[in-house]
Amino acid sequence: MAETTDNVLEIRDLAVDFKTDTGLTNALVNVGFDVPRGKVTAVVGESGSGKSVTANCIMRLIQPPGRITGGSIAFQPEQGEAFDIVSLGKKDPRLLDLRGGKISMVFQEPMTALSPVYTVGNQVAEAILCHRDVSKEVAWKEAAHMLERVGIGDIERRMTMYPFEFSGGMRQRVVVAMALVCNPEVLICDEPTTALDVTIQAEILTLIRDLQRELGNSVLFITHDLGVVAQLADQVVVMYQGRVLEIGTVRQVLKTPVHPYTRGLLAAIPGLAKKGQPLSTIASVVGDTDITTPWPLVTLADGRQVSLPPDQIPEGAS
Amino acid sequence: MNSELVLTVAGLSKYFDGVPAVQDVSFELKRSETLGIVGESGSGKTTLARCILRAIDPDEGVVRFNSDGGWVDLHRLTDRELVPLRAEMQMIFQDPFSSLNPRMTVQEIIEEPLLIHGLDDRRERRTKVLEMLDLVQLSHESLTRYPHAFSGGQRQRIGIARALILRPNLVVCDESVSALDVSVQAQIINLLEDLQQELGLTYLFVAHDLSVVQHICDRVLVMHRGRVVEQGTVDEVFDHPKEDYTRLLLSAIPSPDPDVPLRPLDRRSLGL
Repeated sequence: MAETTDNVLEIRDLAVDFKTDTGLTNALVNVGFDVPRGKVTAVVGESGSGKSVTANCIMRLIQPPGRITGGSIAFQPEQGEAFDIVSLGKKDPRLLDLRGGKISMVFQEPMTALSPVYTVGNQVAEAILCHRDVSKEVAWKEAAHMLERVGIGDIERRMTMYPFEFSGGMRQRVVVAMALVCNPEVLICDEPTTALDVTIQAEILTLIRDLQRELGNSVLFITHDLGVVAQLADQVVVMYQGRVLEIGTVRQVLKTPVHPYTRGLLAAIPGLAKKGQPLSTIASVVGDTDITTPWPLVTLADGRQVSLPPDQIPEGAS
Repeated sequence: MNSELVLTVAGLSKYFDGVPAVQDVSFELKRSETLGIVGESGSGKTTLARCILRAIDPDEGVVRFNSDGGWVDLHRLTDRELVPLRAEMQMIFQDPFSSLNPRMTVQEIIEEPLLIHGLDDRRERRTKVLEMLDLVQLSHESLTRYPHAFSGGQRQRIGIARALILRPNLVVCDESVSALDVSVQAQIINLLEDLQQELGLTYLFVAHDLSVVQHICDRVLVMHRGRVVEQGTVDEVFDHPKEDYTRLLLSAIPSPDPDVPLRPLDRRSLGL
C-alpha cells in the first residue's frame, strides 16, 4: 500500500500445531498479516479457521497440546524497541507487561471473562494495580472513570456490585473497560458481540468504534459476522482452515472480493440474498476446487493480497 | 398457497411467579406458512413457542390446533390426551450439541419418536430412518455413528430428521440456525425451505436474527416484554415498520455494506 507502513504488529509465517489422538492438527499454516497502527483490522472466518488461535498467539496464550512451531510476531510499541513476541521466554517481563498492559483482549463470553466472586470495581481496578505502581485509591478512581466512559451510570453503586447483577450488555461494557483501563496500544476483540442481542451488539459496536477513534489505539477484531466487519474495520483478513486467503481494505474485500471463498462467504448472508431464492452456500460458489492448498499470498495492483493458484490470479498482479 | 388455518392463538398469557413472560398474545397460522417470532432475549418468544406446544402450560388464553382429527383445544387437554397430538407438532432446537443424546446412535435418535408413539416394526422403522437421512442429505453410513462424530451443521440435520420422521404438520424452530456458521446456516435454511415445499410443513420460526427471518418467513410477529407489538407480512414489517420498537430492532442490524453506516436508534429517547 502506498502509505508509509507503521504497523504495530507484523505477523509472519506463523504456524501452530495441536497434538491430538489422531495426530498433529495444523491450526495455523504460514499465517502472515500486518496490523496497522491506529486502525481496525478485522479477521473473519468460520469456526475452525484459526482466527482465535491467531489472537491467542499474539497474547502467547497457546497452551499444550497446542504449540507455536514457527514464525514471528513483531511488536513495535510506540515507545521502546520492537521485539518478537513468539521468541519471548515464558517469564520474560516484557510478556507480562504485554498481557493486559500493552495488548489487551475482550472475550466473547462476558460471564466467563469476569470473576463471579469479585465486585466489578475490584476487577477493573485490579487491571490497573497489575500494571502500574499506583495506590488502591487512585486505581479505584481511574476504574470508576473508565466505567463511566463505557457508558455505565450510577457508578458509586455499580462499582460495588457483582457481575451476576449486570445484564449481558452491561457485563460486556465492564469487560471493555477492563481491557481499556491500562490504555493498551492494541485491543484484541475476540467475537465480543456474538453472545449478545442485535440491539445490544449495536451499542457495543458503536462504543468500541467511538472509543477507538477517541483513543486512537489499534484494534484487531475477530468475528464471523461480515455485517460487523463492514461497520467497524479498515482492513480485512479472511481466514480459512488456518490459512490467510485474502487481505485488503474493507471495501475491496466486501465489495469486490477476489477469492472465491470470500465471495461464497458473502453470498451466504441471508440479508443480501433475494427472497424466495435459495441461499448460496460456499460449495455452490466455490465448487469443488481445493481451497485448502496453500498458495502463497500474491499482492495485486490495487494493494490487496490473495492466495490463489497462479492461473487464477487476475491481471495486473505484481 | 393454501389458506386453511393450522393454529389459532388468542389471549395467551404466561406468568412466572406473577411476572408476565407472555401477555395477551393472539395470532393465526396458515398451512404451509412460515411465521417468524422476533424479539430480544427476554421478550418471551421462546416461552410463547413452548406454551403453544404445551411444553409449559399457559396461564390464560386459547390455543387451537387443526390436527389430522379436526380442531382441538390444546390448552384444555390433559397430558395423556396430548400424547397422540405431539406426533403432529415437533420442535427443532437451537443447540445441535445439547439436543442430541451423546449415548445414542443416529439410528436410535431418529427412530425414537416412532418408538415413543408405538409405530411400525423394526424393518419399517429402518426404512423410514433411511428415508429421513436422504431427505436431510446425510449418508446412510451415519446410522451407526454417535453425535460427537458430526459437525454442528450435520447434527442440526439429525435434529431435523428426528423432528420430521413423524410427518408433523407444525414445526417449531427455536433459534434453529443461530448457533451455526453463516455458510452452514445457509445450507440449513435452504434445507428447511426445500423440506417445507416437499412436505407442506408449517413453520413457527423463533429467531433473533432479523435477516434470517426476513429471508425465510412469510409473516412476522415482533415481541417486546411479552407482548406482540407489531405483526404483518415480512415486507410490511421490514420496509414500513409502524412501531418504534421494530424500528429500533431494524436499525441495529449491521449492514454488510461498508457504505451503509450503522446508526442504531437510541432506546431511551424512544422511551422503550
